[in-house]
Amino acid sequence: MSISAPLYAITALFDSPDVVLHAAEETAKAGYTKFDVHTPYPVHGMDHAMRLKTSRIGIFAFVFGSLGVLSAVALITWVALHEYPLVIGGKPFWAWPAFVPVSFELTVLLASVLSTVTMIVFYFKFPNNAHPLHDTPYMKAVSSDKFGIAIQANDPKFDEKSVREFLKSVHGSAIGPVAYDVEDLDHGQQLLDGKFLVVLAVVMFVVASGTYFTLNYAMYLPPFDFMMEQNKLKAQKPSELFRDGKGMRPPVEGTIARGFIPYPYHGKADEAGKMLVNPLLATAPVIDRGKAKYVTFCGPCHGNFGAGDSRLRGQFPNPPTLNSDKVRNWSDGSIFHVITDGQNVMPSYASQISRDDRWAIVHYIRVLQRAQNTKEADLR
Amino acid sequence: MSASMKLPEAVRAELPANVTYAGWAAFWVGVVLVALGYLIDPTRASFENVIGYLLVVSIAVGAIFLLALEYIAGAVWSVPMRRVTEFVAGLTPIVPLAAIPALFHLHDLFHWTHAEAVASDALLTAKEPYLNLPFFTGRFVAFSALWILFYWLFTRHSLKQDTTRDQKYTTYNVRLAAAFLPVFGVTLTFNAIDWGMSLEPHWFSTIYGVYFFSGTVLAAVATVTYIVVRLHEAGMLPNIKRDHLYSLGAMLFAFVNFWAYIAFSQFLLIWYANLPEETFWFLHRWQNGWEYVSILLIILHFAVPYFVLLPQEAKMNPRRLKFMAIWILVAHIVDLYWLVMPTYSKTPVLDWSTFGWPLLVAGLVVSMLSYKMKRHSLVPVGDPKLERGIQFRI
Repeated sequence: MSISAPLYAITALFDSPDVVLHAAEETAKAGYTKFDVHTPYPVHGMDHAMRLKTSRIGIFAFVFGSLGVLSAVALITWVALHEYPLVIGGKPFWAWPAFVPVSFELTVLLASVLSTVTMIVFYFKFPNNAHPLHDTPYMKAVSSDKFGIAIQANDPKFDEKSVREFLKSVHGSAIGPVAYDVEDLDHGQQLLDGKFLVVLAVVMFVVASGTYFTLNYAMYLPPFDFMMEQNKLKAQKPSELFRDGKGMRPPVEGTIARGFIPYPYHGKADEAGKMLVNPLLATAPVIDRGKAKYVTFCGPCHGNFGAGDSRLRGQFPNPPTLNSDKVRNWSDGSIFHVITDGQNVMPSYASQISRDDRWAIVHYIRVLQRAQNTKEADLR
Repeated sequence: MSASMKLPEAVRAELPANVTYAGWAAFWVGVVLVALGYLIDPTRASFENVIGYLLVVSIAVGAIFLLALEYIAGAVWSVPMRRVTEFVAGLTPIVPLAAIPALFHLHDLFHWTHAEAVASDALLTAKEPYLNLPFFTGRFVAFSALWILFYWLFTRHSLKQDTTRDQKYTTYNVRLAAAFLPVFGVTLTFNAIDWGMSLEPHWFSTIYGVYFFSGTVLAAVATVTYIVVRLHEAGMLPNIKRDHLYSLGAMLFAFVNFWAYIAFSQFLLIWYANLPEETFWFLHRWQNGWEYVSILLIILHFAVPYFVLLPQEAKMNPRRLKFMAIWILVAHIVDLYWLVMPTYSKTPVLDWSTFGWPLLVAGLVVSMLSYKMKRHSLVPVGDPKLERGIQFRI
């Protein structure tokens, strides 16, 4: 510490919280405003004794909490009403009771995290960590077993001699000056300081890559991978149990699975159109079933009336209308074949829709075609 | 603050005569209203009796809970005002009396007391091992006896300490508190189930007891807060500082939030699951005008107290605390009304007889306070924690 450095404060040490509380009261009473008390642990009643105003951090917390509520409600409202409306459990889209817990959590999260950030950035002047009291015997004492008061030199009432006498009168010991560290005076780190930004970037990189490595690799190293060590057959993997070494078993020769009827016309559209006949009668229950399946599986692309006008129109090659002359002149078998085998962009629906249901859909498509191309006789 | 202070032998103060008279007047007006209610419409009067009984339970037994809480937590801030809590808990021996008129009208109150209804109802038959008259009465007697016993022991030790200044009574009460708290949890829960939930015996909610508990603590803290602030303003509790008031305000604020949390938890799960055997209870409270009471309850019991008590200064402001304490007590009465009355009436009903029990209870609290203050020191002068309590700072 150089002698020429400007004086920061006069400090004094006290032995017990009661004494320092009393001294703080007296300091405030004597009219000093720029002073601080340092204690190894929080001393109850100190705010009042120092005549501090209520901290404004509460207002920040309130604003951030309100921000949390609003952003949660806005986000959920946007998702639930606009971006991805989903009916969940038969509730309305904007089911506010379900949003309350999330809004509450976000309120608490933003209020606490942002208040802490505010405190660190605005009150502690992060990342500036220079302070004249650092590395002084005074700070060493008050961070272990002493209690201290520092009356700053920039206090309007400050006068070194009278301050010393005052501190003595309230039973302070080790009264002494603390000067600014000249080096720190104009070398306090700033938020946009290059060194700080580099350190910040390095820390971010290390934390991000560490997290990535932990979650994606370390979690799957022994012994954390014990759940994956299972004595079971995995798809596409060989097996030691069977002589031929195949893990995936083909069906026994000459058999078919229960309820499965082989389809002999894969890739043979013309043949299917000629050979296949609708086995179902066009009765009301069959048409109803066909309608239900049509609306579920076909409608999303072809439109609920087969006009090719669904809401997916324009997102990829347009699904054709089913009411065109071409499709109307197709045989039932041809339509069945397209559903079973797929065509162009349309995939096979054989695994989703049972054989009978596919035939029922064919009936329903005929109903749609008839309804869209009514004859004079139908209207009479 | 000097390191050691002289404590008086006893702190004696009496309520002004006009306050005592007002208390007695409120009590007797309440009694007359309740009696008239029973003469005119016994069914309705018995439902209002349940509200009155639960109100007395929440204030008196809640006050014992606050005593136990102070001892078990080793709290010092509440010591200078503990006598007030003890005086409020002095209502405990009167608690069972408040239920006696209703006990003669159980048939009007409780559907499950009708044997023929139980016989033709699979649910009620299944619940019969719990919901039957001998067991119900037995529980009522046992719970009342337990509360009176613990009240008697707590205050006996506390009062003895005034003269003997013996620390062992604090130790006794700490142990007593450890014994009382589980007993309190069980008795308060089942008392709420018996008198509140079983009014609609088909309905059930596992959080009902906690819901009643939150209202109980709030009612007790509000009563104590109001009295402490009034006595403090009258100069009878000079040791109470803003730090003590802040603690009371913080308790009020915390339990306002706790009540809302529990009330919403109960609603959310039932709303989400949407099971007809659970939802009807809320539907009764959302139809035929009850929806206005429900909304009023949320505003009275949560929204207004929350924002009024939110700032730190508000929790230390005697005038605001006094106002909010009464506000919360009113909200608690509305809460009990909302719990009980939909079983009696399809639409909200309000006339002179509804005010009988709240008046009676208010009068009772004042009279009890006046009676106790004449006989006992207003500060537990023998308590070893008193000095630290007086010097308490937030």
